[in-house]
Amino acid sequence: MAFPQPRPQAPQLPQHLLRTIECQQGAVRAVRFNADGNYVLTCGSDKSLKLWSASRGTLLKTYTGHGYEVLDVDSSYDNSQLCTCSSDKTVILWDVASGQVTRKLRGHAGKVNCVQFNEEATVMLSGSIDGTVRCWDTRSRRYEPIQILDEAQDGISSLKVSEHELLIGSVDGRVRRYDLRMGQLHVDFIGSPITCVCFSRDSQCTLSSSLDSTVRLLDKSSGEMLGEYSGHVNKGYKLDCCLSDKDTHVLSCSEDGHVYFWDLVEGSLTLKLPVGKAVVQSLSFHPTEPRLLTAMEGHVQVWGAEPEDAAVEDKL
Amino acid sequence: MASDEDSDEDFVTYGTPLEPLEEDEPIRKPVPVHEQTVTDEKGRYRRFHGAFTGGFSAGYFNTVGSQEGWTPSTFVSSRQQKAERQNARPEDFMDEEDFSEHGIAPREIVTTDDFASERKDQLKDKARAVSSLAALIPGDTGLLEELIAPARSSIGVELLRKMGWKDGQGVGPRLKRKQCKQNTVYGCVLPRNGSEESEEEDDEFAPENVTFAPKDVVPVDFTPKVDSHGLGYRGLNPLQAFGGGSESAHINLFTLQSDRTSSLFGDRNSGQQRRGGIAGQAFGVGAMENEDADIYHKDSMSNYDTVLGGEEPGDGLYGWTAPQQYTRKKNDSKRDVVYSGRILDGFTLASQVTEIKTVYPPPDLPRDYRPVHYFRPVVDSSAVSPIVAQALQASRGHLSQDASQQGRHSLDSSQRRPSSVFELLGSKDRERLNEIRSVAKERNKSVGNLSSAEDRAAVVASAKAAVLQALSSRFQSNTPQPDSLTSPAKTQASSETQMALNAWSGPTADASKTFKPFAKNPQKQARYDLYINKLKKGDKDALESSLDSSMTEWERWREREEFVRAALLYKPSNSSLSSRFTRGKHEDDTDSVEVTRDQENDVDDKQAAVKMKIFGKLTRDTFEWHPDKLLCKRFNVPDPYPGSSTVGMPKIKRDKYSVFNFLTITDSSQVSREAPSASKPPSSSTTLPHLTPEVNKKSRWDIAGQVSEPKDPLSAFLSETRSEVSAAKQIEAGAKNQTDSSHASATPEIKVAQSDGKQTEPKTDEEEKEEDEEEVRPPMDLFKAIFASSSDEKSSSSSEEDSEEEEVAPLQSSAETPNPPISAQITPAPDISKVPDLKHLTVQSKPSAETTTAQNTQSSSHSAPDKSQGLDEEEFGPRLPPPGFIPSKHKKEKKVGSSGADEPSLTKKKNKKYKHKGKPKKRVDESNSSSDGTDSNSEDENRVVSTSELLQRSELIFLIKR
Repeated sequence: MAFPQPRPQAPQLPQHLLRTIECQQGAVRAVRFNADGNYVLTCGSDKSLKLWSASRGTLLKTYTGHGYEVLDVDSSYDNSQLCTCSSDKTVILWDVASGQVTRKLRGHAGKVNCVQFNEEATVMLSGSIDGTVRCWDTRSRRYEPIQILDEAQDGISSLKVSEHELLIGSVDGRVRRYDLRMGQLHVDFIGSPITCVCFSRDSQCTLSSSLDSTVRLLDKSSGEMLGEYSGHVNKGYKLDCCLSDKDTHVLSCSEDGHVYFWDLVEGSLTLKLPVGKAVVQSLSFHPTEPRLLTAMEGHVQVWGAEPEDAAVEDKL
Repeated sequence: MASDEDSDEDFVTYGTPLEPLEEDEPIRKPVPVHEQTVTDEKGRYRRFHGAFTGGFSAGYFNTVGSQEGWTPSTFVSSRQQKAERQNARPEDFMDEEDFSEHGIAPREIVTTDDFASERKDQLKDKARAVSSLAALIPGDTGLLEELIAPARSSIGVELLRKMGWKDGQGVGPRLKRKQCKQNTVYGCVLPRNGSEESEEEDDEFAPENVTFAPKDVVPVDFTPKVDSHGLGYRGLNPLQAFGGGSESAHINLFTLQSDRTSSLFGDRNSGQQRRGGIAGQAFGVGAMENEDADIYHKDSMSNYDTVLGGEEPGDGLYGWTAPQQYTRKKNDSKRDVVYSGRILDGFTLASQVTEIKTVYPPPDLPRDYRPVHYFRPVVDSSAVSPIVAQALQASRGHLSQDASQQGRHSLDSSQRRPSSVFELLGSKDRERLNEIRSVAKERNKSVGNLSSAEDRAAVVASAKAAVLQALSSRFQSNTPQPDSLTSPAKTQASSETQMALNAWSGPTADASKTFKPFAKNPQKQARYDLYINKLKKGDKDALESSLDSSMTEWERWREREEFVRAALLYKPSNSSLSSRFTRGKHEDDTDSVEVTRDQENDVDDKQAAVKMKIFGKLTRDTFEWHPDKLLCKRFNVPDPYPGSSTVGMPKIKRDKYSVFNFLTITDSSQVSREAPSASKPPSSSTTLPHLTPEVNKKSRWDIAGQVSEPKDPLSAFLSETRSEVSAAKQIEAGAKNQTDSSHASATPEIKVAQSDGKQTEPKTDEEEKEEDEEEVRPPMDLFKAIFASSSDEKSSSSSEEDSEEEEVAPLQSSAETPNPPISAQITPAPDISKVPDLKHLTVQSKPSAETTTAQNTQSSSHSAPDKSQGLDEEEFGPRLPPPGFIPSKHKKEKKVGSSGADEPSLTKKKNKKYKHKGKPKKRVDESNSSSDGTDSNSEDENRVVSTSELLQRSELIFLIKR
């Protein structure tokens, strides 16, 4: 089966607040770890994108160039490039070091909700509220997308890319998985508008959260439901969900100011992490360590498994 | 600017004003003429001297030196080694530019003498000929030069000689019998028919074992015609004009060049007899001339034609001044019949006479012939079932069966209408009818009980009759009234055909440029083209003959009409006019739409499956999808469909308006109708333990059990759905009651708003889902995003103060308007799809936002803030959470002012607005209701704790409150 074996030792959960970063960039629309988890990227509603050090919480760089609030960001595998999308309908490819706009891609008819690099950062995929996913070539100088995936009947809320698969969640209540290797499109009907989709780390399962306050774990190949996680509140906002670093837990933001941790196999609520009073709008799990980023309103909180070490690190 | 407004400003300015600076753009001035420099291709500076002083400077500033001064070519001491003799060629002193294409001495590839052809230079020949005449010793120079000239032959000739070729022979393998006759003929030689036979006779004497070299090929003279004379005219030959006056008394200007050369040679040969030099009347008889010659030469008038057509000048060519020379006998008079004149240089007579096409006159038509052809109506009664035949009879009066025997003239027009209903129907419908008919037939045969089949057939027949009548009525309206008569209709038709004929039969544009009205149907177009072609030829029967005889009468009739119409419509316009227009691409495939080939399964099924948490096959659709080739490349994945050119989902064309489209729709509607009916009975007792998600954490094993459970009968499925739906209904009912009560207490103002936005009625999750499914149109905020672009938002953060003030004013006024009983009239409907309709509501409810928030927070502690409608109408689908309270004040202010794509929930946003924009308003509200104040206060406090900066800002509020 697609389930990873349960670990003998209890997995550590990032439940200790290490630090709070005041981003000073309006509401933080999305917070993301970079590819290796050493840096934090925050998308602000004041049109700026900020790069932070994950360990110290210091601001490293601010990227400005969007015409409206930045909605999502992704970093390339080699940390040399960033791509962001914004409500100004554009997708921007950034050079990390110089902070310059490498390419500004227009074409979406509405605000762009999500953006992702592929594995080699040769293609950017952006999903927009206009119901299309556009595949932009980062290698060529063309300003037209390579391909437009317009199968969705409503806005795209979330998308993820694996080696050869695109996972796209749409407001029309369907999770679409484009398999490039097989040349197939699998459509899983969820019913409720999808807010976030994820691959599991073993890329055997897909996780999708929807506006019926439910997170579902589906088997990728058959589409069968492997787990259903509920208890949190997600009725109106585009909230993130994710899996923990070892695929042991399912995490989701909630509108009641908590981050919910469910055991992936059991489906039971393991932890209800109080973040704040407002809506936790974005979260990102560290690719390898038990470390979590949450974004609420204008600040980002970094959570770790062990407070002491973090404190020591902080002092250092 | 203040200065602009001053009218009595003096416009005197000193100096030239600066050009207005363009922002961002680098200033690019044109380089003035005096600063423009000329450089050579290597970028070196070139001085230009002017045309008479040598053009561009050469060398180093017009010197032969260099920057270091003049350096002579390397000096070599003659003591040790002798300096080699230096051959200074002019090229040594030339620049490389001079050798280029446009330089002084352009270098080009020239054939060396070794490889040059042996052909003599015509110009040289002529010059030599003239000079030989004009020389003191006439004729000597040329001969001398030729004698002295070294024997030199080209490489090709040398090679040939080495291979055994001899001069005068042809090139190629040696022949067996024929000896080649070496007769070098200058000029035009006709192929001889008669002489061939004589050669054959000669061959008899040739020995058997002797081979001969092939004939030398007479080279084709490719001398270009450079003069502007007429063909065959050669101008005055100075030799003849001055030299040989006595020999040929008449100067013939119309000999050929080859003849000229022969005459040249001839002259040369006869040079011994006839002394050259100046001779003639003017100089008297010289010592070297024999006196017998007629020095006082007169050109006799007999050389000229004096009478037109009188006497025959010998060759029977009257009035031809040009051809005089007939060296050859008229051995083949046949040729002369065909060709009246002389054969020009470079031309030969054709060996084969082209056959003359015999044109046969068209046969005489009989007097009473009428160019109309009637086709017999094709109806075979066997193909039509008796029932249909009956139906036809009923609708039309009598069957056309007997009509086929009669002539068309004896039919009335109703009979001339389509012979069968089937021709009126589309192919698909026809198939369906055929099926029905076959079914009916089978029943007739198998059961033998006619009554039921007949009943059925009667129904069918009656329906058909109705259809036919409807069709025929429509048909009649289009065509001339049948009973009224045939002749007007026919005359009209014939006049139309005549018009078409007139339009097309003239010299018109070629067919390739004419419009192709039936491009979609190539066969039909071919027939139409045929028709048009025949029209152009003036064929009166064009229409009839170009139609397909295998078609039925009805089809032919229709096509006839169409063709005539089309021919009239698209008749060739003026060629000058039509040349100005190009035909656009013919793309009006209006009756078909592109649809993705694979359609999704029924949504209702899926919804049911989702409700039962059965994910898997029911909820999954798998389609074929073609990724772009480049995308595959970028993903390092082989193209799954190599060779296919489609990208994305494969599409097919489907009729836009097809009967079957509607048929399928009814099916789905039935299903959808069933679903609510099943859920109608609210008292379905089977209420399964409805697990609220918060109480029970389901593990996947629970789900597995659920999955296994409904596997038994289908009724279990149904009952479960029913129960769930009923439960949902109950919730909905409760919600409705609640809203009703709230409606009652609502202010009239709000009621209006709600009646406008009817859709805001509370909906359960199921209903919402259904709505989502029904909503197929694109998301509303897509349009919003397009039309209300981000341009309207003020991006500059500096102007927020002004905007704030501006916005405060309307808010204040609205706050002062009396709307006292503001209660919880805004229902907690989590509407996502319907928000756009509510836009007008927002303005009115703004002042009451505070109270709403309060009530919401009181009633349900964790009620999602999004449930209230209002400003959220921008968003369709999941929204972004509110930005909350952000330390940087101006940014947020701007956001609120823009209210564009920002999607905070109403409650919070209003709070915010209230606090930051409408600070003065607060007092008013406070006086109105103290409870509101406290509530908002408490919320404020929450926020304040979170951010320190806000504290300072809201200090004022707190002061007031305390």
